[in-house]
Amino acid sequence: MRAKQALCRTTCVTAAAVLSGCTNGVLDPQGPVGAGNRQILLNSLAVMLVIVVPTIIGALWFAWWFRASNPRARYDPGFTYSGRIELIVWSIPTLTILFLGGLIYYGSHELDPRKPLGPPDQAVEVQVIALDWKWLFIYPRHQVASVNELYLPAGQPVRFRLTSASVMNVFFVPQLGTMIYAMNGMESELNLQADKPGELYGQGAHYSGAGFPGMNFRVHVLPQVEFDRWATRQRSGEAVLNAETYAQLAEQSQDVAAYSYARVQPGLFDAVVHQILPPSRGPDEGRGGSPDIHPQPLDANICTVPVQTSQTMRPDLDGGG
Amino acid sequence: MSASSASGTLASDISARSGAHDPYRIGRHGGHGHAGTGQAEGGPASRYVTVTYGFWIFLLSDIISFSAFFAGYAVLSGATAGGPTGRELFDLSRVALQTGLLLASSFTCGLGSLASHRRDMVWTQIWLLATGLLGVGFLVLEAQEFVAMVADGAGPSRSAFLSSFFALVGCHGLHVGLGLLWLGTMMAQLLVKGFRDDILRRLHCFNLFWHALDIVWIAIFSLVYLLGASS
Amino acid sequence: MLGKLDWSAIPIEEPIPLFAALVVFLGMVGVLGWITSRGWWPYLWREWITSVDHKRIGVMYIVLAALMLLRGFVDAIMMRTHQTATLFGEGYLPPDHYDQIFSAHGTIMIFFASMPFMIGLMNFVVPLQLGVRDVAFPTLNSVGFWLTASGALLVNMSLVIGEFARTGWLPYAPLSELEYSPGVGVDYYLWAIQISGVGTLVTGVNLVTTILKMRAPGMGYLRMPIFCWTSLASCMLIVAAFPILTATLAMLTLDRYLDFHFFTNDGGGNPMMFVNLIWAWGHPEVYILVLPAFGLFSEIFSTFSSKPLFGYRSMVAATLFICVVSFTVWLHHFFTMGAGANVNAAFGIATSVIAVGTGVKIYNWMFTMYGGRIRFDTPMLWAMGFITTFTVGGMTGVLLAVPAADFVLHNSMFLVAHFHNVIISGVLFGAFAGFTFWFPKAFGFRLHEGWGKAAFWFTLAGFILVFAPLYLVGLQGMTRRLQNIPVDGWAPSLFVALAGVGVMIVGAACQIVQLVVSIRRRDSLRDETGDPWDGRSLEWSTPSPPPAFNFARLPHVEDEEPYWSVKQRAIEGQPPEVPVSYEPIEMPKNSPTGFVSAFFATLIGFALIWHIWWLALLGLAGAYATFVVFAWRDEAEYEIPAAEVERVDRARLETRQAWYRRREEAA
Repeated sequence: MRAKQALCRTTCVTAAAVLSGCTNGVLDPQGPVGAGNRQILLNSLAVMLVIVVPTIIGALWFAWWFRASNPRARYDPGFTYSGRIELIVWSIPTLTILFLGGLIYYGSHELDPRKPLGPPDQAVEVQVIALDWKWLFIYPRHQVASVNELYLPAGQPVRFRLTSASVMNVFFVPQLGTMIYAMNGMESELNLQADKPGELYGQGAHYSGAGFPGMNFRVHVLPQVEFDRWATRQRSGEAVLNAETYAQLAEQSQDVAAYSYARVQPGLFDAVVHQILPPSRGPDEGRGGSPDIHPQPLDANICTVPVQTSQTMRPDLDGGG
Repeated sequence: MSASSASGTLASDISARSGAHDPYRIGRHGGHGHAGTGQAEGGPASRYVTVTYGFWIFLLSDIISFSAFFAGYAVLSGATAGGPTGRELFDLSRVALQTGLLLASSFTCGLGSLASHRRDMVWTQIWLLATGLLGVGFLVLEAQEFVAMVADGAGPSRSAFLSSFFALVGCHGLHVGLGLLWLGTMMAQLLVKGFRDDILRRLHCFNLFWHALDIVWIAIFSLVYLLGASS
Repeated sequence: MLGKLDWSAIPIEEPIPLFAALVVFLGMVGVLGWITSRGWWPYLWREWITSVDHKRIGVMYIVLAALMLLRGFVDAIMMRTHQTATLFGEGYLPPDHYDQIFSAHGTIMIFFASMPFMIGLMNFVVPLQLGVRDVAFPTLNSVGFWLTASGALLVNMSLVIGEFARTGWLPYAPLSELEYSPGVGVDYYLWAIQISGVGTLVTGVNLVTTILKMRAPGMGYLRMPIFCWTSLASCMLIVAAFPILTATLAMLTLDRYLDFHFFTNDGGGNPMMFVNLIWAWGHPEVYILVLPAFGLFSEIFSTFSSKPLFGYRSMVAATLFICVVSFTVWLHHFFTMGAGANVNAAFGIATSVIAVGTGVKIYNWMFTMYGGRIRFDTPMLWAMGFITTFTVGGMTGVLLAVPAADFVLHNSMFLVAHFHNVIISGVLFGAFAGFTFWFPKAFGFRLHEGWGKAAFWFTLAGFILVFAPLYLVGLQGMTRRLQNIPVDGWAPSLFVALAGVGVMIVGAACQIVQLVVSIRRRDSLRDETGDPWDGRSLEWSTPSPPPAFNFARLPHVEDEEPYWSVKQRAIEGQPPEVPVSYEPIEMPKNSPTGFVSAFFATLIGFALIWHIWWLALLGLAGAYATFVVFAWRDEAEYEIPAAEVERVDRARLETRQAWYRRREEAA
């Protein structure tokens, strides 16, 4: 057990070392959404700097010039009101905000996470489930899934559908742009696209408990052909993700090394969204009564549970949810 | 005038126009009356005004916390999780009786206040007692309703809708309960100490409190029970 | 018998909290022993613990805030050092401990450092500025303080008995639900915040009533000092926002204790409702903290520029504008939760509209300096540090209000840098400025200028050095609350930030040295006149420290700067009006009600955290008994004889006249 733990640790550290080479964050976007975010960010910054920089300089200059020891500064204690200055004082920030308001409106419509990036039928769908404490990515078209590792085809719009098995989390690949919350019993939607092949860093961006810092993942952006090849290769494996293995996977575990499932029971994501697969359990005890439980890394043989059933889980839309 | 010579100050402080005596020497006990203008020409307002005003502000904040519970109820009222709905649970005749009791208690509370203005100890106590008894009746009915619901498996743990229902109505009930404790204490104090200024001010605040609970109850009655039973 | 409490509650296997607790415990024993050996208990009990004097209560608030500020600062140091350490290995804090530390840091800094500091300043200054003798409800004031202290005590108790919340400073459901946080940590959070929240609420009610109903004769609304205006706005926000917090946390408490389903995943609960409700309180809370700071900076800019505040009415309007708009922006804390584009745009625009009010204030402060004769004493330095750095923080705030930009900055270190930027330069610099500004009024001697200036420069430099790199690392994609750092590329920024922490430690040390040095040299720093900064509002017309009754006779206010005009008249040669006779003054009597009710509140809180039901009932009974005893008392006031009033006031007038004479001779 201990050795396995150490092994996992090593994998993670290695992964981190690899990741570190490729993160330039949100200012180095690798897709249209990220580029849009950056554009809005820089535009807004520029609009405000036009006002803020002169203001700071002005404040410092006024203070310096009107210092008590400066004989050349005119002392004018009666200067306490000026209608003209008041007008300017209210209108400068107001105009800035008007201008910025345009950017806000434009940006939030243009970069609405729900807005498709191309014809809807072309988008690759990826279903994302935030678990304690790892990410599960399901590729419904190929019926495969991966944990803590995301594969995307380059140059293709991707439609993410997200939910959480337990507490809130946020799915965020800084270089692809926009992040979004994943919440239990709810489904959120996010459209992203990676422009060119490469390795990106992704992470959970909302604190979710003890294993939270281990919730980062590598994003492999592959050329379309290779992406399909990857998916086909996955299908030759043995691990199956169905209700039973999902329940095992959903148990709390941290610093989980990446691995994948060869088959995914159809409808699993919807079953989680509609709570047909119930919210996953938390730790049994905290301090206060009995000692704390430190979750163990995931048991590796979860990957090799044999096929039980291939029945589709039907989300019961009327009840439960 | 000073607080220690309580007997001499019976009528002075309860009315809002008590600025006859020089207020600034004390700044606390006396004070000028007409503080409504905001120009504060008269300096600090009288004790009566500040106490009542402060209590109003407290009531305002209390009503805001109720509104948070109302908001919670509005959000969760559909989240029955397969459990019973308001239509199946609410018994409007009992609620109507509760409303009657609470409104009547507000009326007797007002009568008590009028009696206290006349410095009529017997009637003040009688009306306050009536207020208390009506309040107890209200609480008994509410407890009966809660117990029946829990016994039917419709307790607060059943669904988010029931959680928010029990919390909202229970919060009002808790206020009524605390009000009764306050009322009882005050009646005892009134009996022992007589119509002292500070007790009269508290009595006035209690009136405000009791009427505010009425208003909250009217909102609960219409938004929770009437809407819930009809939808 | 003892509920969930047993020996396993003591974290024996974790040396750090245990050691910290030991240090704190020994420190407390030392202080208590010292007080006992000096025989100061009767004095402390009589003059401080049971005091209902607004000045004493204000000072106690600030002492509490300063202690909690240090505690929160230690947490911050641990977080920075630990994060940097994980670049090389495991670091020294396991996740469950690290998660408690960042939760405690936020909770303590907001609820038990910033809030009490601002409330302490308001408590001390507002009645003096209004020209009255006390707040509207003096005993309630004491209750409010002691309840705040009780909450702080519970938070610190969690260090050794059990654990603190590991859910962040706002316990987002469902993580904070029993299912995912079964320990007592969240319960400590809930009861500590609820108890101190009641304290805050009564203080808010008290100060709103005081400001609206108790002012010196002639002080109309538009003659109130701007600090009173911002205090009023802040307290109105308290009254309107804190009940939402109380209700929200009550719902979470019901979920955890009685299996309700407000915010749970199952049973139809709605965790997003928690997020909405908590921020409906949380955003106004930001302005509750920063508005009083805006007010006191206004006082400082005006005093040290020797000019009235520029655009006073405009300032008042901007304050009330901020006050109202702050309730309409809460959704900007979760643009990334998937609300529609129109909703996001509406809240984004509402948020940036708040910046108009703040912008107006900044320009008005600039024009207050324009044409002034500026003296750069320590409070003015803090104000200058504020006006420059706060502008940057405000700008990054508006940046975060742009939804499309927030989509990549939400929850990042950029956000962390932003709110520290506004809270440190706004609230903390404000607290230090106000502390230095009004310290001579409270204690009768000034703080040492040299050490004060050193503290300012080190704090400012350290603050910039910590948070500039955190902005950067946020843009690099680093998210907050990471117990270890998975990306090496973030290291350089974190190193710079760590260096900045070192500089801030020096700044904090300078503050402590400043206090010690000033106390030791108090005779040479003595403030004889009660007016050390050439002040403009009424608090400077009292002696330092002011007598219990503040004013022998309530001043008659005829303009916006009553004390300044008194001085002007005196300088023009008009003799000040000397009262012929004095009359006795009645002041509220001391009362242990606050202390005793807080004792029972602590008991109730502790009992409920550990499920010791009988103790909770006992505490409730005790609290009820306390109020009955208070209500039963016959005498609420004591009388200060006319002779005593006369003695104090004559002394004040004499020093004042001596000062005018010296001034004339100098001129």
